Amino acid sequence: MQTHVLDYLAEAVAKAPERTAYCGETHSGEMYRLSFLEVYEQSLAVGTFLHQKGIYREPVVIFMEKCPKTIAAFYGVIAGGNYYIPVDVEMPENRIRLILQNVKSGMMICDAATIEHARDFEFEGQIVDYDEICYTEADKEALDRIYERAIDTDPIYIVFTSGSTGIPKGVTACHRSVIDYVEHLSEALEFDENTVFGSQAPLYVDACLKELYPTLKFCATTYLIPKELFMFPVKLVEFLNEYKINTICWVVSALTMISAFGTFKTVTPKYLRLVAFVSEVFPIKEFNKWREAAPDAVFVNLYGPTEGTGVCCYYRVDREFGPGDVIPAGRPFKNTDILLLNDKNEEAEPGEGGEICIRGTSLALGYYNAPERTAEVFVQNPLNPFYPELIYRTGDMGRWNERGELEFISRRDYQIKHMGHRIELGEIETNVNLFDEIRMTGCIYDRTKNKIVLYYVGETDERSLAAALKEKLPRYMMPNRIIRLVQMPLTLNGKIDRVALKEMYEK
Amino acid sequence: MNELLEILNGLHPEVDFETCESLIDDKILDSFDIIAIISEINEEFDVTISAEYIVPENFNSAKALYALIQKLEDED
Repeated sequence: MQTHVLDYLAEAVAKAPERTAYCGETHSGEMYRLSFLEVYEQSLAVGTFLHQKGIYREPVVIFMEKCPKTIAAFYGVIAGGNYYIPVDVEMPENRIRLILQNVKSGMMICDAATIEHARDFEFEGQIVDYDEICYTEADKEALDRIYERAIDTDPIYIVFTSGSTGIPKGVTACHRSVIDYVEHLSEALEFDENTVFGSQAPLYVDACLKELYPTLKFCATTYLIPKELFMFPVKLVEFLNEYKINTICWVVSALTMISAFGTFKTVTPKYLRLVAFVSEVFPIKEFNKWREAAPDAVFVNLYGPTEGTGVCCYYRVDREFGPGDVIPAGRPFKNTDILLLNDKNEEAEPGEGGEICIRGTSLALGYYNAPERTAEVFVQNPLNPFYPELIYRTGDMGRWNERGELEFISRRDYQIKHMGHRIELGEIETNVNLFDEIRMTGCIYDRTKNKIVLYYVGETDERSLAAALKEKLPRYMMPNRIIRLVQMPLTLNGKIDRVALKEMYEK
Repeated sequence: MNELLEILNGLHPEVDFETCESLIDDKILDSFDIIAIISEINEEFDVTISAEYIVPENFNSAKALYALIQKLEDED
């Protein structure tokens, strides 16, 4: 049984050392490729460097651009028996400061694009340049000893997600949760040695795991798509075609950016065989444009929080969806179980809403250096009083539909009491999303003035939307204020940033 | 042109849009800006910038963007 994520890398090097593993643009704009052998050698060099500095079982910050070397740096940190914390120039400075305060790392690895910036953070540890340490002569013997001592519940990374309070939480994952995820994701999505990934996710979120490890497992290839391309839909599709990319797992907003501007009239993706989408509800109108543009592709909806390592549920689209339909989250991956718990902490009946809770090896270890916040959501399974068993409470509400598929309803914290009625803000959003003219919507509640405030982006004005909503919503659910935005604030994970909406409203 | 400059200044008051010709090349505008600009141009000038025109050349300067708007207005 595999107990170490770097076994994937060792096997890939044995099978296809010269094949391209990761390919991406450097900040000077050139395409830069790393073969499996190069990734392996650089990871050994970085691991050896850390060993020689006496850094073992410690957090190591990686502050580099989205580039193949960054991935080799991740593996290098793991090879040295440590765990990595990715940060990025895209993150607000204050967020980086909070992360550095939380992890108290002794070492930060930078590249030419970030090293000057890194010195602004009064970082107390050592700052090193990847391009210097990646030539360290490998001490294979020392790294083997580190490998022998590793166990599969040792952490390998910490990625930070937004907390509702504004203080980011460091989700800590281990070998075992990542291996479980990679194995079952690969099986469900049928990756193989011919898979060519086009990676959209930044390297500082766990979404990038979907490509990083399956690339090793199958000796496949991943193209890291430059983020600038997500401004230029035609160029983006041309990029997919130029590199014969056949597999994309993207956030919904990246997909709708392409379809909503009429890109498919100019160019269509030619090689796609899998389109997986994650993080938000896919508006059906845009979804159907994609199905038409890529008729041979399999479409898969992915659902799951970072705390469950990557995603935990999938639904392979097997039927038509029309206006007003909801694409389900489907069912959990093998070796993961979903419980829906109602207010009494009992299992919800079919059709009844309940909080989505995850059970299984894919659970992350918890939040780094935050035991209280961990204990709030990584809790003893209330259905089992007999032996220790953790579940993760996602805070998402879901229900089983009549086909036995999991359907996402809304976030639990969006449940409000308004004019004596219990209201799911998510339900208001769902109804707004039914209109073709709406591209995105986020609903918040002003608890001091008891007002429901709806923000949206779309091709209709506030008055027409209000009139149309009156047909759909009971009076007590009607938003008290409707505000049209030209752009919706998103979190780093591509979800609608309701904390930012609240701040916007309070101003 | 003034209406366009107003839209752009609203997004990035710190940039001199009358002279800057590398809004994309120097990463001054990001994807959210592009989407916002397209949507505001649609409202202000009543022209739709479809995907084929959403290319770096058309967004590198206010001048280029204005030329595009005029071209699209003439086509109507």
